[in-house]
Amino acid sequence: MLCEECGKSQATVHIERIVNGRKMTMHLCRDCAQRSGLMTLGVLFQPSFSINSLMSAFLGSQLETMPSTGPGIEGPRCPVCGMSYRDFARAGRLGCARCYEVFEDRLEPLLRRIHGSDTHVGKAPVGTGERARIRRELEDLRKQLSRAVSQEAYEEAARIRDKIKEFEAQLGGNPA
Amino acid sequence: MTRKEAEAFQTILKNSSSPWMDGSGELGSVVISSRVRLARNLEDVPFPHLLSDNDAGLVLEKVFEAAGRIGEKGFGGPVIRIGLSEISPLDRQVLVEKHLISPQHAEGKAGKGLVLRNDESAAIMVNEEDHLRIQVLRSGLELGEAWVLASGIDDLFEQNLDYAYDERIGYLTCCPTNVGTGIRASVMVHLPALAVANETSRVLTAVNKIGLVVRGLYGEGTEGQGNVFQISNQITLGQSEKEIIENLSLVVRQVVTEEVKVREMLFRNHRIELEDRVFRSLGILSNARRITSDEAIKLWSDLRLGVELSMIPGLEMKDVNEILVLSRPNFVQKVFGTALTAQERDVRRADLIRKHLASRGV
Repeated sequence: MLCEECGKSQATVHIERIVNGRKMTMHLCRDCAQRSGLMTLGVLFQPSFSINSLMSAFLGSQLETMPSTGPGIEGPRCPVCGMSYRDFARAGRLGCARCYEVFEDRLEPLLRRIHGSDTHVGKAPVGTGERARIRRELEDLRKQLSRAVSQEAYEEAARIRDKIKEFEAQLGGNPA
Repeated sequence: MTRKEAEAFQTILKNSSSPWMDGSGELGSVVISSRVRLARNLEDVPFPHLLSDNDAGLVLEKVFEAAGRIGEKGFGGPVIRIGLSEISPLDRQVLVEKHLISPQHAEGKAGKGLVLRNDESAAIMVNEEDHLRIQVLRSGLELGEAWVLASGIDDLFEQNLDYAYDERIGYLTCCPTNVGTGIRASVMVHLPALAVANETSRVLTAVNKIGLVVRGLYGEGTEGQGNVFQISNQITLGQSEKEIIENLSLVVRQVVTEEVKVREMLFRNHRIELEDRVFRSLGILSNARRITSDEAIKLWSDLRLGVELSMIPGLEMKDVNEILVLSRPNFVQKVFGTALTAQERDVRRADLIRKHLASRGV
């Protein structure tokens, strides 16, 4: 349907008014509707860009492509809070910080879609950030250690073990 | 809360003049206030929506303990720690009306809390959607200052708590829309002239197109009330806090320029109509015996425009902004200390506004 006012653009706004007891309906394009001053603010503030709606749309389409029955459809669960990715897709909220790690592969495209980026720029905590770095190094070192042990490189393994102890000491009594 | 804290809290609830709405700060004739909110979470603890009442209580205790260690010196003034289940539903609603907590936070689930600076300039919600939501409020366009203060409080909490943070994607939040910086900066603006000229939608649609979001005075669904709008950032990942704040400030300045341009045009070409409108509204507000909150806020907008254009001698910006709080339904009940029907509230509201204006000599 074309706009009744300009006759050029598609009519996307439909306004009903009661004038002298008679119902009148107008079909206008967005520009003409705005010019007419008849559109209520509620209509106008339908955000054309809302990252909440972007996220719902993305998660909605993911849910549709997930199998709805069968064994193991929930997929892996987060070891800390027990949430599955399907739970997240339904609720739009994650269960805990660890979920970001567990569902990393599926969250990355979502983050890029809604924020246009998947990399943080800006403030980093002084203490926690350092602890996170140490924890990551520890994880790495533990992998190296088991590799060294399996290859029977015992000197190397001892060296790595010392390093691990050093880092664990830095984390203090709370290595978790 | 100690008895002293409880008393201080009651004083805050009945106070209609929040310092962050006193009309000071940059561009105070258009910009009512600035707010910076940081979302933070504790490591290895499920987000609030998955916590049992007991575990939520433990998180609250931990954050309150940290707040105790930060103390008056760290917060820059005395603070009160409030367990929301300890206060009445009415008191929680007054906190919402005063913009100190969100409507969701007022809903009665166990383990929710608030760390509130006595002058209302900082309010940390505990166990809202995230474990911590650090908010700092300033009068006028003062986002930079609000960010510095919020970040300072954030540093002090971080020294006392282990935050959930990932080097690559930043501060981890319950909803992925907040991950990264966890920052939501927002500015409350009064745009009466754009409304008169029917230009509000054009200007604000443009604001939305560049990735910012526009909401009404009390969030979604209150668009256009009192011609007050809140403009805030949406993206939290991939841009630094500084960029986010500078970008928002720049856009707000442009909106202010447009509003001021129309105000000047109205003042030049339609002065009598403008004055007539302002003084009629003043007449009703200072004489009415019954007024609904909707009518009050509509007239308030005209009155504020009059003060913005220095039309009403004796009335200052902070006096006008107070009316915004004075006319809220729960605030009216709080002041009169008893539950009221809607009709009774309308009478009391008219009383409050009338006396307030009379005390300012108008």
